[in-house]
Amino acid sequence: MAEIVGGIGTSHIPGIGAAVDKGKTQEPIWKNLFDHYEPAREWLAELAPDVAIVVFNDHASAFSMQLIPTFAIGVADTFLPADEGYGRRKVPAAQGAPELAWHLTERLILDGFDMTIANEMDIDHGCTVPLSIGCDQPDEWPFAIIPLCVNVIQYPPPTGARCLALGQALQRAVASWEGDERIVVFGTGGMSHQLQGERAGLVNADFDTAFLDGLTADPDGVAAIDHVEYLRDAGSEGIELVMWMVMRGALGDNATERYRHYQVAAASNTAAGLIVLEPA
Amino acid sequence: MQPYDDIPGTYVQDGRQTRLGYALNMFCMSLNEEANRERFKADEPAYLDGFALSAEQRQAVLDRDWVAMLRLGGNIYYTFKIAIVDGLSMQGVGGLMSGVTREEFQQMMINGGRPLAGNRYEEEWKRG
Repeated sequence: MAEIVGGIGTSHIPGIGAAVDKGKTQEPIWKNLFDHYEPAREWLAELAPDVAIVVFNDHASAFSMQLIPTFAIGVADTFLPADEGYGRRKVPAAQGAPELAWHLTERLILDGFDMTIANEMDIDHGCTVPLSIGCDQPDEWPFAIIPLCVNVIQYPPPTGARCLALGQALQRAVASWEGDERIVVFGTGGMSHQLQGERAGLVNADFDTAFLDGLTADPDGVAAIDHVEYLRDAGSEGIELVMWMVMRGALGDNATERYRHYQVAAASNTAAGLIVLEPA
Repeated sequence: MQPYDDIPGTYVQDGRQTRLGYALNMFCMSLNEEANRERFKADEPAYLDGFALSAEQRQAVLDRDWVAMLRLGGNIYYTFKIAIVDGLSMQGVGGLMSGVTREEFQQMMINGGRPLAGNRYEEEWKRG
């Protein structure tokens, strides 16, 4: 029986990927953040999962405003890094897990989650930066990858409660798969930040700390944070945190926290969070 | 009126904004292709002729008026593609949108970011 063996919540700040790609991770403005990624990298390397389900949002790369899926799952054999305006990121292509991805898709839809199915999809920094955070710079990613996109750009994104329920359904779908894959789930985005407008640069450490505390201890309480509270108190892009709730749901009721780090990523406009959860 | 309309300096990408900004955002989306970036750089007005932007949106793009682009329905993930063509960082654009230099903006982030206090409601900005 396949099982979910771990979860990572992490920001997917594009500058983190650029710092890795350009060898800047030991520069003063980045060093502390990358030093604190090390325990999570060691944990992930030791866990050696077969598959990662990466929950992220596309940033006008694979999807435009022409078509805006609330939840989309990638069932392809391979996913190439997207050209977001700089050329494609020089990281390995992600190898998919199409048989498992199709199983998850079917189970999720029959379980009431109306997934959009992506047979072809480039993956942008939302997916590739968490992989760099978890794995640094390997020649190939050390596991297969199933991308799961959540719309958080067009208002309204799905609610935190809906994302938590999707994660719970994902765990059920994994448990019903005949294979024996060991799977990690990445929930990405956030934490508090605002990229746009005259209020750009907003950070709310109190909100983020309460979110990290509640993620393990009170997921239903965190899932109840409404959109206006996110927008007002965590910044217009802080609402990305609903994607962490998919990861949380997939880890089961009694998940425990293994590791966390939180700081403002001073070379970006964003509070960077990292949390490692293990199922009971 | 939406319950988030009173958040200062914030343009929520709801249906109103997407209807207003669709052509502007789809122009930005086109810059994902290298050939289009080159065509845009070579002759911005001619390139923009290929998209149904309003006169105001067109001028905001040509002027690199980043806040006006948002006000006119642009979304930051889309308009930032113009900034990439210009070689600007997100902190650089953050400074331009909030009226400070990139260095000042970065210093604010080093200091922990823009605080929430005083920045939750438009009323707070009006009172100064």
